[in-house]
Amino acid sequence: MATPEAKNTETATTELDQVIIRFAGDSGDGMQLTGTQFTNTSAMAGNDLSTLPDYPAEIRAPAGTVAGVSGFQVAFSSKEVYTPGDELDVLVCMNPAALKRYLHDVKSGGTLLVNSGAFTDRGLKIAGYEENPVNDGSLSGYRVIEIDITALTAQALSETELTPKQIDRCKNFYTLGVLYWMYSRDLQPTLDWIADKFKGKGKEKFAEANALALKAGHAYGETAEIFQGRYEVGSRKNIEPGTYTALNGNRAVALGMVAASERAGIPLFLGSYPITPASEILHELSYLKHHDVVTFQAEDEIAAACSMVGASFAGHLALTTTSGPGLALKTEAIGLGVIAELPMVIVNVQRGGPSTGLPTKTEQADLMQSIYGRNGEAPVPVLAARSPAECFHAAVEAARIAVKYMTPVILLTDGYLANGSEPFRVPTLEELPEINVKFADDPATFQPYSRDEKTLARPWAIPGTPGLEHRIGGLEKQDVTGGVSYDPDNHHKMIGYRAEKIRRIAKDIEAPEINGDDSGKLLILGWGSTFGVIATTVERLRKEGKSVSQMHLRHLFPMHAKVGETLKKFDKVLVPEINFGQLDKLLRLEFLADNLVSLGIARGLPLKTADIMAKANELLG
Amino acid sequence: MTSTATTDTPVKLTKKDFDAGIDVRWCPGCGDFAILAAVQRTLPELPYKKEDYVFVSGIGCSSRFPYYMATYGFHTIHGRAPAIAMGVKATRPELSVWVATGDGDALSIGGNHFIHTLRRNPDINILLFNNRIYGLTKGQYSPTSETGKKTKSSPLGSIDHPFNPVSVALGAEGTFIARVVDRDAKHVSEILKAAALHKGTSFMEIYQNCLIFNDGAYNHMTERSVKAENVLYLEEGKPLLFGEKNEKGIVLDELGQPKAVRVEDVGIDAILKHDPKSPDPSYAFMLSRMGLDGVLPTPVGIFRAVERPTYEDMLHKQIADAKPDGKKADLHDLLTSGSSWTIS
Ligand SMILES: Cc1ncc(C[n+]2csc(CCOP(=O)(O)OP(=O)(O)O)c2C)c(N)n1
Ligand code: SF4
Repeated sequence: MATPEAKNTETATTELDQVIIRFAGDSGDGMQLTGTQFTNTSAMAGNDLSTLPDYPAEIRAPAGTVAGVSGFQVAFSSKEVYTPGDELDVLVCMNPAALKRYLHDVKSGGTLLVNSGAFTDRGLKIAGYEENPVNDGSLSGYRVIEIDITALTAQALSETELTPKQIDRCKNFYTLGVLYWMYSRDLQPTLDWIADKFKGKGKEKFAEANALALKAGHAYGETAEIFQGRYEVGSRKNIEPGTYTALNGNRAVALGMVAASERAGIPLFLGSYPITPASEILHELSYLKHHDVVTFQAEDEIAAACSMVGASFAGHLALTTTSGPGLALKTEAIGLGVIAELPMVIVNVQRGGPSTGLPTKTEQADLMQSIYGRNGEAPVPVLAARSPAECFHAAVEAARIAVKYMTPVILLTDGYLANGSEPFRVPTLEELPEINVKFADDPATFQPYSRDEKTLARPWAIPGTPGLEHRIGGLEKQDVTGGVSYDPDNHHKMIGYRAEKIRRIAKDIEAPEINGDDSGKLLILGWGSTFGVIATTVERLRKEGKSVSQMHLRHLFPMHAKVGETLKKFDKVLVPEINFGQLDKLLRLEFLADNLVSLGIARGLPLKTADIMAKANELLG
Repeated sequence: MTSTATTDTPVKLTKKDFDAGIDVRWCPGCGDFAILAAVQRTLPELPYKKEDYVFVSGIGCSSRFPYYMATYGFHTIHGRAPAIAMGVKATRPELSVWVATGDGDALSIGGNHFIHTLRRNPDINILLFNNRIYGLTKGQYSPTSETGKKTKSSPLGSIDHPFNPVSVALGAEGTFIARVVDRDAKHVSEILKAAALHKGTSFMEIYQNCLIFNDGAYNHMTERSVKAENVLYLEEGKPLLFGEKNEKGIVLDELGQPKAVRVEDVGIDAILKHDPKSPDPSYAFMLSRMGLDGVLPTPVGIFRAVERPTYEDMLHKQIADAKPDGKKADLHDLLTSGSSWTIS
């Protein structure tokens, strides 16, 4: 094979605002790693980012098959980005299956970077191609860049001590090098990462090989004539100074809860049972024993939730994490938390339902379950995070409300937030909202169900405190004393207290922000992970001069009074959701609003700008 | 306020200190009363402060137990007390945590939590009040009711095969497993104390008479005239003897099955000696099967008492080991771990 010849001409560099790339290959090709490295390097270069990994549903799908394709999408920009994007500018195909799986996501005229070394007869056959699509004209609407990455990597690493199989595994760094050249990226952060990752124990030869592959890929970009030019996506202006890190939603929830526990000055307890896509929160927290985090992998969701109730009774910041079907099982324990008036946070990483549904896909259909899914009058505050990194602050907010009002709080995220990542400015502890914990300690004044005048919270009196021995439980409590009471009027009064306590939270939360004007023709109202796609849509429509605003809800229950007021100020309110209109129903109930239009699309995928745009334009007439 | 000299000697607690002083609402004559009295009598003898006791229960007549104890108490949801107690003990190992549960509560709806708690071995004391019936819901058959039992929900006789709680607990490899009968007050107190002092999960099955829905279920073990023939007291290192004058004993037959013999026929040395410390639970399991056929006596006392590290000790050791300098790690370091970058 021919070595590309060096060019003397300077390559032209084009400035771009935003690029969306998806790295795709077999699940053994290291695409998640490649994508993450590209993301981190872009972040360090000052881009804003949004990423979305897509793993195969099968644990070990056969190599080279469409089912075994793993993808990592990143949108990086010199402006703010809210979503990983609808359509791809670039698809990196490490094998034919990756092309087959994702070609339909590439925008017309987009770039396909193809590892021609994998487009062998065998590879094509496993992917289900009869002809090589690169040669049969079917890709004429795209710019195809063919590079034999397999062979070039082998050539670059021929002098190393690695076996051919080990050399083949370095393809992803070669590819990364090519892309670093294309997008004018610095190699150093990845070289540092490689050096750190393969430190000691005879792993230096892998460090050397990977670094060599990365540099060779980059050099190939410089020298090969197949590129028309390189691109530059500049750094963002007006970024808040500070230390940044990239977080996905699951990690953000875990870190947010650790931060909340530190802020509250009490240790964190997690009782959990593995379930996709929430398991990673359990994994993350299990690593954090040096932060005094106690994790308990229970025998099932019921035990997980119950252990949380026990830990809260005992004075820890108590957490359980789950996904839809798990929340269903935790229902009774959460009800116990409501009547026992103990603080606890329940995180539900929503996935496609009902039942087992689409376990690896995203949905927003547990809103009703969260707000209403308990027996009896059992109000529980419900929050939703809007972006991967914002899961951190949403977790802190959930803990704040739980402790201040002595109540279970449900925090909703979803599969898309859980896996997607974006930059996060690391806050100091003092920047986080106050979480005051004062355990009761005075036997002279203690009553288990006395209430704080302002919040109506009862005191948190934990075992081990002399003189405060008391009994609580699921039977109705007598006002103040907490004794068991079947008195009809007392019951009415107690459920009244518990309802009022939750209602008062509405005055202790931030009003939802409005992006755009306070009144007008159309308001697009969302909650949870659709924030980004709605923001992108609204921005585009406003650029076209249309009267459109966005309002986004973090607090679903109770809701801020401003929500009802704002609904009235728009001719129409469009409510896009990844369900069949649950927020829409809720708003009709709460505010008797009749100018709502539901846009429910539940395909197990994030909404697309195009979906919302079409509906909005229809409503704007 | 008058100053009193502080002293390190704790005030000696009495039974009365553990009486919550409210009306006990069990049916007069219910076996639960005797168990309550035994627990209140035993706690003052244990090395805990009053404020360190926590009683957690599920749902059922027996699960009203915490209300009557002047300790910290949590009456929770049906079958889940062990899981809630687990959360208490995992976070606060210094507390003395107790679970009060019934046969329906622990073995039907709570079967899963019951076995997993025993498997993990937290230092929790589980008291299972076994009346072989659902009391609170007014008399349906329970997972320990005998096959053929006629109740409101089994008018033609129950077709379920019953659980033997001691066998189940042994199957889960619990480290302390005992059985007592509610009427046998002194024995209950003695075993309770041993259970409480055991480091690890202690499980006590308490045969409890529900005089409303299953009266007399244990008459063969409590009535003077037949008790000696039907009850075998397990005592460590002592031969397995029973009968009015301890004239009968247990030996193993050729198949290794227990068999009743007259001591004078075989000699006392041939009689099996009780060893609750046997690491293998099979011996205790064999004992747990005695009495089911109505031929052999039913053993009471400690079936098994072995040492195994407790869940919370291992848990907190991991936490301590994760902090080599004993200090909690820094939050900022955690938040910037992985890759981070600074924008100024
Ligand atoms: C989730 C749930 N299912 C059913 C019940 C009804 N229930 C209450 S107690 C009980 C059975 C209790 O039997 P047992 O544990 O033997 O206790 P006992 O009343 O005999 O002491 C049942 C079925 C409940 N409270 N909660
Ligand atoms: S119903 Fe039975 S178990 Fe329940 S209190 Fe009455 S006698 Fe006791």
